[in-house]
Amino acid sequence: MNHLDLLTFARGSALNWALIIFVAGTVLRFFEIFGLSRKTDLARPRTDSPGSGWRTMLTRSIPPQGMLKREPVTYIAGYVFHLGLFLAIFFFAPHIEFFRSITGLSWFALPSALVDASVVAAIVALAVLLAHRLNNPVKRMLSGFGDYLAWTVTLLPLLTGYMAYHHLMFEYTLMLSLHIFSVELLLVLLPFTKLFHTFSVFVSRWYNGDFFGRKGVAS
Amino acid sequence: MSATLEKGLNAFKEVIDTPIASYFSSCVHCGLCAEACLFYNETGDPKYTPIHKLEPLRRVWKQEYTLLGKLGKMLGLSKPVTDEELTEWEPLVYDSCSMCGRCSLVCPVGNDITYMIRKMREGMSASGHAPEDMKGATKRAIEIGSPMGIKWPAVQAQIKHVQAETDIEVPVDKQGADYLVLMSSMEIINFPEYLSAISRIFKQAGVSWTLAPDAFEATNSGIQIGASDLAREIVSRIVVAAERLKVKCVISPECGHAFTAIRWEGPNLMGKPFGFEVKHILEVLDELHAAGKLKTRGKDKRPLTYHDPCQIARRGGVVEQPRRLLGEVAEDFREMPDAGVMNWCCGGGGGVSANSRAEPLRLEVFKVKKRQIESTGVHTLITACANCRIVMEEGLEHYHMKVEVLGLTELLAEYLVEGE
Amino acid sequence: MKPKQMMDTSPGTVGEGLRQRGVTRREFLKFCTAMTGMLALPPSMAKVMAEAISKARRQSVIWLSFQECTGCTESITRSHSPTLETLIFDLISLDYHHTLQAASGAAAEHAREQAMKDNDGKYLLIVDGSIPMGNAGYSCIAGISNYDMLVETAKGAAAIVAVGTCATYGGIPKANPNPTGAVSVADIIKDKPIINVPGCPPIPVVMTGVLTHFLTFGSIPELDALGRPKAFYGETIHDRCYRRPFYDQGKFAETFDDEAARKGWCLFKLGCKGPVTYNACATTKWNEGTSFPIESGHGCIGCSEPNFWDAGPLYKALSMPVSATGSMLGAAAAAGAAAGVAVTWYNRSTKAQAKAAHAKVTVQELTREEK
Repeated sequence: MNHLDLLTFARGSALNWALIIFVAGTVLRFFEIFGLSRKTDLARPRTDSPGSGWRTMLTRSIPPQGMLKREPVTYIAGYVFHLGLFLAIFFFAPHIEFFRSITGLSWFALPSALVDASVVAAIVALAVLLAHRLNNPVKRMLSGFGDYLAWTVTLLPLLTGYMAYHHLMFEYTLMLSLHIFSVELLLVLLPFTKLFHTFSVFVSRWYNGDFFGRKGVAS
Repeated sequence: MSATLEKGLNAFKEVIDTPIASYFSSCVHCGLCAEACLFYNETGDPKYTPIHKLEPLRRVWKQEYTLLGKLGKMLGLSKPVTDEELTEWEPLVYDSCSMCGRCSLVCPVGNDITYMIRKMREGMSASGHAPEDMKGATKRAIEIGSPMGIKWPAVQAQIKHVQAETDIEVPVDKQGADYLVLMSSMEIINFPEYLSAISRIFKQAGVSWTLAPDAFEATNSGIQIGASDLAREIVSRIVVAAERLKVKCVISPECGHAFTAIRWEGPNLMGKPFGFEVKHILEVLDELHAAGKLKTRGKDKRPLTYHDPCQIARRGGVVEQPRRLLGEVAEDFREMPDAGVMNWCCGGGGGVSANSRAEPLRLEVFKVKKRQIESTGVHTLITACANCRIVMEEGLEHYHMKVEVLGLTELLAEYLVEGE
Repeated sequence: MKPKQMMDTSPGTVGEGLRQRGVTRREFLKFCTAMTGMLALPPSMAKVMAEAISKARRQSVIWLSFQECTGCTESITRSHSPTLETLIFDLISLDYHHTLQAASGAAAEHAREQAMKDNDGKYLLIVDGSIPMGNAGYSCIAGISNYDMLVETAKGAAAIVAVGTCATYGGIPKANPNPTGAVSVADIIKDKPIINVPGCPPIPVVMTGVLTHFLTFGSIPELDALGRPKAFYGETIHDRCYRRPFYDQGKFAETFDDEAARKGWCLFKLGCKGPVTYNACATTKWNEGTSFPIESGHGCIGCSEPNFWDAGPLYKALSMPVSATGSMLGAAAAAGAAAGVAVTWYNRSTKAQAKAAHAKVTVQELTREEK
């Protein structure tokens, strides 16, 4: 199959199926979570609480007192990675075209050079995080196949995107196909692995904030 | 009838709800919870990583409540939870976790690991995998009325003693009193100063209160061992008495988990909201203080610091009240590092202090409190939980530290201006 | 020695061509002497060279047109260097071409057969248009199917130049649903060297340039994986596009003729397929280097690539899905919800069963019975 045919497949039916599985899978997982429901709390909540579910949804992104000093690598590399990934996905002009095609919405793009730099930072951060996961005794103990798989399918789109943009290694049309395939792999696996935290983190943080908020603590 | 693995697994299935499903879905294995846990920090052993303590529960969630997990189970690809595994996990869930809640504040994806430990204990206890000492304490709490085996006559003896000392009558079974006062076994046995302090403060403030012979025990072993059926039985005694005496408010004493049991879990265990309020003694004292009804004179000149009991501060929301009260009677109050909702657990909560098997570990992890206290340079430590008090006294002795531990209520009473 | 005898002007030779163009014998010998000197050959070689060149037959070229639109022929007539006239009058002997030949009917076919016989093994076969495999009747010439004529004519060819995207890759006839069963030359001929010169149409001087290479060196130029001469198809439009700085800076036209378009910004968002298209448009350009589609304000449609007609809408950017829509995802969400409802019903019944099976915990039941 020539490279353009491969690209047409990657942008065509492969993408369709990946998106379908991604959307259907995500909806299904939300049902799996919310379907279990939560018993109404019959204890009287505090009325003047500084805490709430919505607040914690946002503030939990800030390292709690003393934690940054204890684990700077996890926090800093984690932030650099997430921010870089976020900028690359949502603020690179060609990607915004992708979203516009499906949703009709579009927004301003960052200069491509800036996105390029943030991708490099994200890749470096991922490398640091892998090294840390392998060396830190707690992380190493906790980690299994799922963690390394998640790392790999997250790295691939960043790496292949960077390589395509800079015409590295493979012929461009092929590289672009590989990039799109790597994104499709990520999409298909996201709902069914720890990568689902992309969405569920807002739910878990909300419940945390709600539980503590009722007791008068801002968590 | 006996505990069985099936009952335990059944309990696991019962307790898994939306929050727990979202927590397990979100965990990314970052290990930050370990950095917040005093057991991991002071031992360096990764097995004490909080989320790791929940592994059996996680697998039940996966295999029972997710499509992929269920498919895996059907295809024989999943690892079932076994008795051996629960035996191995028992010390992780009970000895090395005081349900202090620090991990829940730290997890970047917002997992309330403490909440999950509490729920996991339902399955652990139903399958017989709870520490022997805790089973004994629970048995005594159910059958005798208190985990330390104290009965009303023992309390009466204390009451007589206190009345003689203070010259104030201790009301018992007073219908229509505003407050029903509870005590913890620890206070009754070790710190009778609490009762005398209460008597004097309430007399001065003109507070109407009462004890109840059928509901004097505030502690709840059922909460700690994690058996809601038993926790319900224990807490119902208080509810029944409160309703019988038609009090407006029940006061939880200087005890950590008792506050959690009656204030936060109580109505849910009973299946209905309470017709009365529940407050911690610190909240009541703070209210009296704000209303000008708590009159003190003079200040303690000793440099002192305050230990935040986990269930009262972080898990209970009573953080500023003790500081306002200490402001009245302390001249040189020093906050320890990480004071407030991020304070470090004494190591004995959640049933750990009742578990003799856990003693060596508990003493080892006390090092964090040792460092906190030493950094303040004080020799007087104030707290508002009798269990914290006894655990810290033991720890301080173990490390040969010359620090005295006092209850806050007792300290206030020392500076009370009476007869005005 | 009389210069007269040094130029063979028999018909069909280079000598004849030179005479027709008014090049004198004296000028021709001067040329050969100079050439000999430049090539550091002994002076006596000048005579040999003159004789050889003047005697050399002009390259026989047979051009077969199948399912085509004649666009490739139109395009080649615009070649400016060499011009089509120079090509067919001086450098080659175009022995068969539907549009350009004077003959028609049986005479035209006879000319083809004669050229094949006279130049067996040496003639260059040029093909434009795709070949229908669905039914021979879709395209016939003089009652001969395209397939038969191609196979027959290819037998004695030195090499084949497939010109235009139809001959090289199937082109527009092959586009979905390909009603004629169109295929490319390379799909049929497997035993002859084939140079693919795609484009819809190909750039004029690219076509003549390839022919000139063959005439000059007698060999096939270096080809890429798709059989295209690297000299013209070695790089993408994107890599040579003068608007590339704007792509790199993230400056794009949003609609045709908007402010950005007037400023000449990148046409990526308007569907330009420059990044995935290999051709010489951005450097060689069209109409004697006047312009090319992007310079005129329209994105590249990728016309020199295989199956470009089926490679997604022309006006959808490369980063857009070919066919995914919001409503498709809406349906996916609905499917997920349906599965979710089923799964939730199942989960809740699991939980309800667990609740029903709840054995009240008493202090005795905290302990395991010793078996």
